Amino acid sequence: MKYLKFLLPLAIFLVLVGFLMRGLSLDPREVPSPLINKPAPAFALAGLEKPDTTFKRDDMLGRVWLLNVFASWCVACREEHPLLVEFSRMKMLPIYGLNYKDERIAGMKWLASFGNPYEASLYDHDGRVGIDYGVYGVPESFLIDAKGVIRYKQIGPFTPEAIQTKLIPLVQQLKKEAGLV
Amino acid sequence: MSNPFVKGLALLCLALSLSLAHANEAAPAVADPVLEARMLEITAELRCLVCQNQTIADSHADLAIDLRQQVREMLQKGMTNQQITDYMTERYGDFVLYRPPFKSTTALLWIGPGALLVLGLAGLVLVLRRRSRMPEDRFDAEEPEGPQDQPPSA
Repeated sequence: MKYLKFLLPLAIFLVLVGFLMRGLSLDPREVPSPLINKPAPAFALAGLEKPDTTFKRDDMLGRVWLLNVFASWCVACREEHPLLVEFSRMKMLPIYGLNYKDERIAGMKWLASFGNPYEASLYDHDGRVGIDYGVYGVPESFLIDAKGVIRYKQIGPFTPEAIQTKLIPLVQQLKKEAGLV
Repeated sequence: MSNPFVKGLALLCLALSLSLAHANEAAPAVADPVLEARMLEITAELRCLVCQNQTIADSHADLAIDLRQQVREMLQKGMTNQQITDYMTERYGDFVLYRPPFKSTTALLWIGPGALLVLGLAGLVLVLRRRSRMPEDRFDAEEPEGPQDQPPSA
């Protein structure tokens, strides 16, 4: 009982330290998306390079694919882009670009100078599709399964670790689920 | 005549005309004050995801501007406040709400401060009651507790 006077503040302090330590490893900018395990919002967008083509969400039903949100004004996209180009060479799954709130010419120039990992890029000039997907920081990526359900969202740039430990295993699992392997 | 008074008057006129010009430019932005007020009322309850400590109503971030426009259009379509709030949480989660709903994940958030206050008050009451039962002389500060102020022993 005598030691309680000293031990109690120490215990409270240690609990506080525990909470603060946990807080340090959390990223407040990473907001869990409510769209995980929900059907990907429908859209129909013109292509970036080919404005006369339309691309719809349902065009991709039956395939596992990645939707990567990028923009020429986005600095973090530059960091991520070489990784995506490299990943696309593995030909694991089709990657589509969503050119978010960008100018057509700027987006095309950007892809020309940094490489183009996308099957096609969709042109979301006013950011409406971005809003439907809950995009708030570019780059973001959505892994969508064969039924058109969003299964994973990468907020911020992919890192080599995220691609190796999260993306690749999940793509393999989703392909297996859909009987595509 | 160029006395300071005339100069000052000229400057004042210039400033006034500039501010008038500015006012004229800004006027069309609020075409429908009622709708704008409702829009601000809704977005003042929503967190901007880009600058997280601001509301969508306050923020100048690109996304906040877009979302304000989105809310305006939804109001024009005749959607209710609840429908618009639901639209936002469907996309960004409860995180966008400055007043999140009471759920298992937000229980600590809602109850936590009250629980801490009750705990603190309970602790205070306990300490005060224990002290009131102590004999008076425990609080006599004049009483030296042990050997003090003794000359250093040689």
